[in-house]
Amino acid sequence: MAKEVAKERSMIIQKEMITGHFKELGAAKETGKKVVYTFVPGNISELILSFGMLPVYPELNALQSGMRKKSGDYIRDAEQHGHSEDVCTYVKCDVGMMLNGNIGPTGEKIPKPDLLLLSYTGCFTFLKWFETLERLYPGVPVALLHTPYQEAHKITPEMTAYMVKQLKEEVIPKMEQVSGNKYDEEKLKSILRNSSKVEDFIVKIFDTTKHRPSPIDAYFAGVYYIGPINSGFRGTPEAVDYYAELYKEILTRIDKKLGPITPEGEMEEERFRLVVEGPPNWTHFREFWKLFYDMGAVIVASSYTKVGGVYDMGFRVNPDKPLESLAEYCMNCYTNLNLQQRVELLSKCITDYQADGFLVNSIKSCNSFSAGQLMIMQQLERKLEIPTGFIESDLVDPRYFSYSNIKNRLESFFQMLEQRKMILTRQ
Amino acid sequence: MLKEIVARCEELAFDLSFSRAREWKSQGKNRVVVGHLPVYFPREIIHAANGLAVGILGGGDRKLIIRGDAYYQSYICHIPRSIIELAIDKHFAGFDGFIFPSICDVMRNLSGMFQMMGEGKFVKYLDLPQNFQSHIGGTFYRYELQTVLNEVYKLNGIEVTPERLNHSIKLFNINRTLIRQLYDIRQEFPWKMTAADLYHIVRAGYVIPVEEHNEILESVVRLVMEERGDPMDKIRVLVMGAFCEQPPVGLIRTIELAGCYIVEDDFLLGARWIQGDIDTGSTDPLESITSAYLEKSTFSSSVYDIGNPKEVRLLNLIRQRKVDGVIFAAPSFCDPALLDHPILQKECNDKNVRFISFLYSENTGQFKVIKEQVGTFSDSIKLWDEPVLKANL
Ligand code: SF4
Ligand code: SF4
Repeated sequence: MAKEVAKERSMIIQKEMITGHFKELGAAKETGKKVVYTFVPGNISELILSFGMLPVYPELNALQSGMRKKSGDYIRDAEQHGHSEDVCTYVKCDVGMMLNGNIGPTGEKIPKPDLLLLSYTGCFTFLKWFETLERLYPGVPVALLHTPYQEAHKITPEMTAYMVKQLKEEVIPKMEQVSGNKYDEEKLKSILRNSSKVEDFIVKIFDTTKHRPSPIDAYFAGVYYIGPINSGFRGTPEAVDYYAELYKEILTRIDKKLGPITPEGEMEEERFRLVVEGPPNWTHFREFWKLFYDMGAVIVASSYTKVGGVYDMGFRVNPDKPLESLAEYCMNCYTNLNLQQRVELLSKCITDYQADGFLVNSIKSCNSFSAGQLMIMQQLERKLEIPTGFIESDLVDPRYFSYSNIKNRLESFFQMLEQRKMILTRQ
Repeated sequence: MLKEIVARCEELAFDLSFSRAREWKSQGKNRVVVGHLPVYFPREIIHAANGLAVGILGGGDRKLIIRGDAYYQSYICHIPRSIIELAIDKHFAGFDGFIFPSICDVMRNLSGMFQMMGEGKFVKYLDLPQNFQSHIGGTFYRYELQTVLNEVYKLNGIEVTPERLNHSIKLFNINRTLIRQLYDIRQEFPWKMTAADLYHIVRAGYVIPVEEHNEILESVVRLVMEERGDPMDKIRVLVMGAFCEQPPVGLIRTIELAGCYIVEDDFLLGARWIQGDIDTGSTDPLESITSAYLEKSTFSSSVYDIGNPKEVRLLNLIRQRKVDGVIFAAPSFCDPALLDHPILQKECNDKNVRFISFLYSENTGQFKVIKEQVGTFSDSIKLWDEPVLKANL
């Protein structure tokens, strides 16, 4: 029988935060709090919070449905309603969940949106997703925030100006109208001050994988660590406390030379250090993680944990320039970086964290990540002469998780890493 | 005569060596050739900068994929792999730059692949604004276009004056008008010219100078009017979803052979994107191009349709073209097209518009199943549906 996950204090805090949030959502009708549906990458939750509104992230609901083994049925229902087999399964899972009463991960019904905030960063499907939601919730106002892509390796003043204008003239007025509150810049600044602290912690936490053994797994556990910043808590005092606590725990692990905590227990021997590109599979998350645990493979960095913001290249929100900062934050999310920037970032991770190998988990659903991944792989292989591996799965469609296929591929990959290690040792 | 023109257009449209563009470049000084990907790009600005904007629409069923598959997973549409194949095989040698209009993540990431492969002297991902207010999205669009112009200026030093740009707009206005006329003729007399012929004629315009294409179109309009042809008992259909990866011509032919006249489609939407003329008398023609994008764009899966729902626009088109049924034909794995389909199909259902849907890939070679499906569709409409449709629209 699978062991219970050893719970640290930070885990308990996070669970309380998330449960509290869904309780608040469940009670939104009674409390009169307005609900904003938006997306994780480039989420401007600080602005939502400054208006006293509650965010809902449809991708997180889809992810949770995947983990709770409900996504298969939801996707099937959406397909029965005319959705193609070929498109992003997050969208279908969300549509299916709606068709089944919109019950959230804690069993509470998720209230309907009062505002659809389409801040679509790094993915066009978000746009299509909200066109679908707009029709499922007729009459709900939509605020669109178009984030320009970092096509030329940089953020230009014109890109920022375009976003700030959209914030001022499109997003904020709609938020004022829906919430009934006026835009309060001082409040936003104070929320952003917390965000900046949280960002510092995030960088320090993910940087601890420099240690050997790495005290954390920056992919499987990493997705939990980014939970609060990606689910509406960035900028809250709770988030600052959570990350302070988490960091403290990790430092203790470093002192004790402990490896990461996993659902199977503590990782005892660190045999391989990997950098992973691409989102994880949610429907078989625990089995997926166990495949790595069994091989003593620790993920020392992953691109997925940067999907809601890239901070390790120096970006921090600047509370003194709140709207510009929010704009730059959106433009800095991982999938909004061009391919060359992604290669540079991954390359930095591989070098800084002394990875033995680079692995791509290619997601059938997600063109935003997947298109171009094979070239990223080729580039890294060539540039760093690092062994690379490739597996395929899906986010929430259980039909695309083939345990034996993934296991076989991973075994060959680990064999290759093993051989390389032997050669390097001999040399 | 018409036959010869169509044959020439077919040859041009599928000349994957882009011979006419290369030849054109070699015939003058400071000329540049800039490739642009689907769907829409204002070719006027390249024309005014002494350039030729060449539409890149993939290798279709005429390019064997050997190495392209190593760049793309099986669950990504076909067009990027054929474009990569073309790039690896040096089909774009001599191109000075590439423009990737923002339509989806696959195209967006392909722009990055071109950058990394060092294709052309510049690669520009053109972020088409999704905000349609002139001082917000308009300003940004202008900035994006100016960035393109700056790149071209670096190459040939040609200053784009208002006169030059107005002149280019004029030529493209003529081009759009002539294409519109051809569609209108087919709307009334679809038997005078096949959809495949029209496709070749419009597609040829993607790879030759607009002046030459205008001449072709003028002749075609004249000649088609002279054609008699025999009307056949076919239903009138609109084909939707094929705006980026192009259906093989065999598929277009199959639809017509199976009992349909394609009277409207979104195959080469970029050439027809701007609905109506762009102002040619302004002292700031870049602004005219910008307002045309903001105010006169057609609907497409790549543009967010807030306040201007695509299903309403589809119904208008159905009415305007007196369509009997809709064929939703989309490339496999095309998120933008496929995510639109439930919305559009619901509207069709609600309004009793008959439709069918299927997937294709640019290199699909077998059309038997599609032929049967379309044939049944056409028969069922001929037998049963006409009164229902008329009553509901
Ligand atoms: S395509 Fe990828 S990034 Fe976009 S919504 Fe789907 S899973 Fe998310
Ligand atoms: S066919 Fe569709 S998914 Fe593929 S590149 Fe074109 S728009 Fe994108």
